[in-house]
Amino acid sequence: MATAQPNTPFATTGRSRHGEPWVWLTAGGLTLGVIMALGLFVLILVKGTWSFWPRRIDLMEVSTNGVVEKIAGYITQESERRDAEGMLHEEIQVFRGNRDLNGEAFKYIDRAHILKTSRPESLLLVERLEYGPAIVHGVALVTPDGRVEASAPEFDQALEQTLAAGRETRARLLRIERRQIGAISREMEALGRAERSGTVDPQSAAARTAELQKQFETLQAEAAKLRAGLAESSFIGITADGREMTFPAGSLLGVFASNRADFGERIAEMAHRVWKFLSEDPREANTEGGVFPAIFGTVVMTLVMSLFVTPFGVICAIYLREYARQGHLVRIVRISVNNLAGVPSIVFGVFGLAFFVYFVGGGVDRMFFSDKLPTPTYGTPGILWASLTLAILTLPVVIVATEEALSAVPRGVREAALACGASKWQTIQRIVLPASLPGILTGVILAMARGAGEVAPLMLVGVVKLAPSLPIDDIAPFIHPERKFMHLGFHIYDLGFQSPDAEAAKPIVYATALLLIIVVVTLNLTAILIRNRLKKRFATSSF
Amino acid sequence: MPATLPESRPDFIRVENFSFHYGEKQAIFDIDMAIPEHRVTALIGPSGCGKSTLLRNMNRMNDLIEGVRHEGDIRLNGISLYDPSVEVISLRKRVGMVFQKYNPFAKSIYENVVFSLRVAGRSRKSELDETVERSLKAAALWDEVKDRLHDSAFGLSGGQQQRLCIARAIANQPEILLMDEPCAALDPLATLKIEELITKLSDDYTIVIVTHNMEQATRCSDRTAFLYMGRLIEYGDTLQVFNKPSHPETEAYITGRFS
Repeated sequence: MATAQPNTPFATTGRSRHGEPWVWLTAGGLTLGVIMALGLFVLILVKGTWSFWPRRIDLMEVSTNGVVEKIAGYITQESERRDAEGMLHEEIQVFRGNRDLNGEAFKYIDRAHILKTSRPESLLLVERLEYGPAIVHGVALVTPDGRVEASAPEFDQALEQTLAAGRETRARLLRIERRQIGAISREMEALGRAERSGTVDPQSAAARTAELQKQFETLQAEAAKLRAGLAESSFIGITADGREMTFPAGSLLGVFASNRADFGERIAEMAHRVWKFLSEDPREANTEGGVFPAIFGTVVMTLVMSLFVTPFGVICAIYLREYARQGHLVRIVRISVNNLAGVPSIVFGVFGLAFFVYFVGGGVDRMFFSDKLPTPTYGTPGILWASLTLAILTLPVVIVATEEALSAVPRGVREAALACGASKWQTIQRIVLPASLPGILTGVILAMARGAGEVAPLMLVGVVKLAPSLPIDDIAPFIHPERKFMHLGFHIYDLGFQSPDAEAAKPIVYATALLLIIVVVTLNLTAILIRNRLKKRFATSSF
Repeated sequence: MPATLPESRPDFIRVENFSFHYGEKQAIFDIDMAIPEHRVTALIGPSGCGKSTLLRNMNRMNDLIEGVRHEGDIRLNGISLYDPSVEVISLRKRVGMVFQKYNPFAKSIYENVVFSLRVAGRSRKSELDETVERSLKAAALWDEVKDRLHDSAFGLSGGQQQRLCIARAIANQPEILLMDEPCAALDPLATLKIEELITKLSDDYTIVIVTHNMEQATRCSDRTAFLYMGRLIEYGDTLQVFNKPSHPETEAYITGRFS
């Protein structure tokens, strides 16, 4: 019908059709953004998960320039390369371990040079304390009770026992060295300070020192005995190219028969590796072991930051929105607060170092810890100062969100409260704040997301590559806000760009990145859950 | 009918030569009127005539707006509202208010009613319980909500929410109840209930009600004041104002010739 009448009033005119390409453009822009974000996440997810999967070990016979060499390892990367004559080479990167023998843990091999590939079941992946994993054929286990050949049926059980004994001994050594000897040296240090300041008489101090010294020697002897015990057993293997390797039980972390394991065993091994990654301390310049201190540091710092920024930001916003006379001055303050969000984060780092660390921390040291000077206690970067610096960094987010939430509370509800005889503060405290709590929490969530991912300022105010102890532990006074800490974001930077073997660190970089995302998402989800529960409680009228 | 009306002081609220300005704009011009105790006084007039402004001055709600000033005085039982010794919080405890848009707090029904007691620092359980029952019964809501006092107030219907707001306004036993178009957001049935309630409440409270609804004014008010362009045009017994208006503007308005 419409075609019959060219002047139909409701026909699509050229003018309204004109705008449609913009719909496609905007939708295209959104799609591109979503694809990029999703792509990044999937890449990190796949690579991060893949790094834990126990792969099969190939035994390759490689001929280079007429020399045939046997190499055992798993393929970590494949690439193509054109040489000077334009010939295409398929190149693979193989992880072959044995860094102590070969110098490098990775080897690049031209596929054309591989003569033969097999997967012998005798190949074992040996994890040890130093030099990264080794790949060897199992030969035998030497214990004080005798030698067990790898071919013997009781070999697996004997190996498991040796590993368990090693784990237990290492745990005992750690306890002696960190806890007991640590306690003694702390007491001696305190005694020395007391002696200098004259609060304890030199005679009893000397007696106590001698006693401590004796305890210290006993513990050291015990530790030495344990260490000797660790060296008694050892595992012997032979590399693919025929060199014998001996691993003392003390340095042996685990042995996994990658080629013999079925699917279930590989899944179990993967779960075991993930658990170790999450729960252990890092080893070997952070390229091996776990990231537990970094997870702990990230979470604690983010929570402490929220603890500071939430009340401070909310108080600021209440004054700005509810009490201050809305004039030029308030407008200037508001613009300044918004601009604070645009200041490069490293500037906050410099500010934090100058103000919190040197000024506030130095002041605290002079007032309360003068007996320890010149060794600083609080006048040095630490987790408290890092949290405070990030709290200032994220303050604008909380202030802006809170102001929005406060102004969204309907005027009618405020008037009703005032008409009931409530004072202005009672109205804010009992009516306005509860109603704006979900909005405030949105601000806190955004602040946490921003704060947890920030690295640059932390490098100046408290993050270190390797922190010897956690900011919260079982040594009195249990909470140590002055301590330096590890952070997942900095860990990624450190592994990817500062580690001696960047190739070896690559899987752990992906895994750490994945973990950082998971930690941030978990923190946010928790906050969102809390907000939704509050929303239900303080749902505003639908009218 | 008049025989059953309770004792009434004829000038319980006195508005004396009262003018009011929002910044440059004058909203009320020199109004002078006396509002009797225990009666319902309706303020009618077209939008923007100053009736809500006048009402909101009776509990000094307009103090919240920046740049306002007033001339003249409003006296409550002889005491000036603007006397420096009058504390606005204690004033509002004596003058309850119900708003056009029902606005319960995001709290339980119980906590809504006892809010004025809580902010006054009274929190004895027995007193609160007693207040809730008395106020909700007075607002004709008790039977409908007595089993769910601790549920959210938002679960109630619009008419129930407005009656809850009335219960909240009278919880502290004020002397005066100001109502700013209390039925504007309600359906006819809920409106009827509120009107019945207003008539009943006038035994205990002095009620001043702003309304756009002529029938409502005739149904439930004893006195009616017609305001136009910020001036008090006519003020008298409701029946007289509606049946024999003495000013042509009043007649034009109540017969619906302008609004």
